[in-house]
Amino acid sequence: MIPELGHFALIVALCVACVQALVPLLGAQRGDAALMALARPAAQGQLVFVAIAFGCLAWAFVGNDFSVLNVASNSNSHLPLRYRFAATWGSHEGSLLLWVLMLNVWMTAVSVFSRHLPEAMVARILSVMAMISVGFLLFLLFTSNPFERLLPPAVDGRDLNPLLQDPGMVIHPPMLYMGYVGFSVAFAFAIAALIGGGLDAAWARWSRPWTTMAWAFLTVGIALGSGWAYYVLGWGGWWFWDPVENASFMPWLVGTALVHSLAVTEKRGGFKLWTVLLAIIAFSLSLLGTFLVRSGVLTSVHAFATDPKRGVFILAFLALVIGAALTLFAWRAPKVGLGGAFGLVSREAALLVNNVLLVVAAAAVLLGTLYPLFLDALGLGKISVGPPYFESVFLPLMAPAVFLMGIAPFAQWKQDRPLALALRLRWAFAVAVVSALAMPFALGRWTPLLSLGILLAIWVAAAGCVNLKGRVVHVRASTGASLAGALGQLPRGYWGMLLAHFGVAVFIVGVTLVRGYEVEKDVRMNPGDTVTAGGYQFRLEGLKDLQGPNYEATRGIVSVTKNGRSVVTMYPEKRFFTVQQMPMTEAAIDSGLTRDLYVSLGEALPDGAWVVRVYHKPFVDWVWGGAFLMALGGVIAVTDRRYRLARREEPALVPSTAPAPAQGAG
Amino acid sequence: MKPRHKRLALIAASLGVLGAAAALILNAFQSNLVFFFSPSQVAAHEAPQGRSFRIGGLVRPGSVLRETDGVGVRFVVTDTAHEVTVVYSGILPDLFKEGKGVVAQGQLGPDGVFRANEILAKHDANYMPPEAADAVEKAKRAAATSQKTLIDPHNKR
Repeated sequence: MIPELGHFALIVALCVACVQALVPLLGAQRGDAALMALARPAAQGQLVFVAIAFGCLAWAFVGNDFSVLNVASNSNSHLPLRYRFAATWGSHEGSLLLWVLMLNVWMTAVSVFSRHLPEAMVARILSVMAMISVGFLLFLLFTSNPFERLLPPAVDGRDLNPLLQDPGMVIHPPMLYMGYVGFSVAFAFAIAALIGGGLDAAWARWSRPWTTMAWAFLTVGIALGSGWAYYVLGWGGWWFWDPVENASFMPWLVGTALVHSLAVTEKRGGFKLWTVLLAIIAFSLSLLGTFLVRSGVLTSVHAFATDPKRGVFILAFLALVIGAALTLFAWRAPKVGLGGAFGLVSREAALLVNNVLLVVAAAAVLLGTLYPLFLDALGLGKISVGPPYFESVFLPLMAPAVFLMGIAPFAQWKQDRPLALALRLRWAFAVAVVSALAMPFALGRWTPLLSLGILLAIWVAAAGCVNLKGRVVHVRASTGASLAGALGQLPRGYWGMLLAHFGVAVFIVGVTLVRGYEVEKDVRMNPGDTVTAGGYQFRLEGLKDLQGPNYEATRGIVSVTKNGRSVVTMYPEKRFFTVQQMPMTEAAIDSGLTRDLYVSLGEALPDGAWVVRVYHKPFVDWVWGGAFLMALGGVIAVTDRRYRLARREEPALVPSTAPAPAQGAG
Repeated sequence: MKPRHKRLALIAASLGVLGAAAALILNAFQSNLVFFFSPSQVAAHEAPQGRSFRIGGLVRPGSVLRETDGVGVRFVVTDTAHEVTVVYSGILPDLFKEGKGVVAQGQLGPDGVFRANEILAKHDANYMPPEAADAVEKAKRAAATSQKTLIDPHNKR
């Protein structure tokens, strides 16, 4: 009964979505306030029904209802409760339902936090989002019904893929989807502005917090996925340039460009067309990512289904959304008009170059991800594009982008003098160069890339500090505030930018040091044997057999000492999941601010010894720490009060009142 | 500079940057493509020497041997028609099993032994890497046609 209720709720949600997609849009075109007013209640009502459907599916999973095919295929009565709940989105159907739920959450958020927006704009935005919702609800109901019954019911389920039985799995998909789907808001804002006109600085101010929020979620989602790969796959790597990772990384790159392009549109009224185009591309790449991951084109832990009907449906939907959006863009773009002019040396120019670099990087990832699929689809042979390609492309593209990141916050809008700009930055640059030269020597080993990494990281961090000092001095000079008072007067948007850029610096430190100094050893060990990695002695004390809820395990006991002093005892496991007949490596990780120790059990040898993999990974946690700082910066920026104060009576374009932060940097 | 010249300079500079980026990407792409060869293709000397490529097929049952250090491993990959010996040093993925599909990436030595630096792990026990399935499929088809050509002259006689 409950599953049928969920199915029914989905059908009702589809009906609501259809109404929401058409009526408010019609109202906006005709200027009919009554029709437009339908948008908000429709969006909220749709969320209620989708949430009911999602709740019903979760109920079936938690209650072990094995008469539902989805539950029987992806859960098991021995599965712990939290994973039974997480298994709700552990399957193809369930994850799509989560997608739709997230879309509805965003839609409702827009309907609630849009009081200061013109009614017609809200109506158009919610209509566009409802169209996307219609597409996905149709997809769910016609090709991937999560509530399909199994007759006769299974006695027990086939269990969740062991790789997904992990706490990270509980939050990674919702976070990632919040990011993916969040770009639909930016997309809807762009499409609404193309339909109705009024693409101006005020529009950018409205859509900016939404975009930044989605970007922050996507950042966290990707970081969680990377962390999951690091400790669940047992390989010790944190990024594999796997097509599935690339699928989430491409929207992130374009989303990053979009966040910065929106800044120009808001402050200077420039880059309008470019911003709209980026919003369309970012969401299209989110859809493409969904297609790649969900259609079974790629085989991975994410690809559940290989039903060709599903792939064709998503591909058709993708073509429709992108085609319609770009057609609309081509038709309406000439009316949008251009922004203010700017010089070769100006903040706009720096942001433009950064934007181009980010988009080119996304295009390079797209090429490396899709080309093998095209060749395969055309029957031209099987090839693969591995990490060496992505790495050799990324470094030369991102190094100048990161260098510009230090400069852009100092550059004046419109026009700046190169010499004055260089003078403002001389100390930051000096600090970066000195540390780049000194640090690798202090750490013992030198390569050009190590120095480059340190240079860029310190450069971004030092430039941030100098910029903050300049702003504080400027505020104190003009208002006479105390140091604390001056810090408090700086807008949240500025703090967010600063923190996100610091996050990039932290991230670069992590990547550089772990790539430069990590030690990996694969060794054969008998109980009592010792291996040394990165100054730590790992001693295999013994092995023990364990019985888990739905697996059997062998646990190794490894004591770690440094210079004769005990550091930690680690317990790597080799698990065998009985239902799925699948072995799994559960690595033991001791995390620290400056290093991770990582031990995983390979395989048992006939004589009782084990092959053991031992890693010493310096600063690896900074990789994720940097990503979380970036996301936190985004969240802080969203709380800036100018977004709350923005009213619709605000003049359309106000270049003269745009703050000129560079003044404070001198 | 006049505004017109400035704009021209800006356009020229961005085109230059884009061109350089495109050249960089395509060059990296060209030199990092990893092709796939089946054991039959390796036997027919179609695979390159001194360049990384992938091979795939089934792990021949009973062929997996551990080196005495316990870390090195040697096994035979077969597509049912031809075989290639693979050596690898390190931990094999959880789902590596005799008789199951496998994909390895590495280089072919002059002695005909494939030195793998990566054995690809897959995420699901029931799953056969498409490359491996493809290689076995092709070899079987080739065997079927060669049988036909063997039989045909016989029939004519």
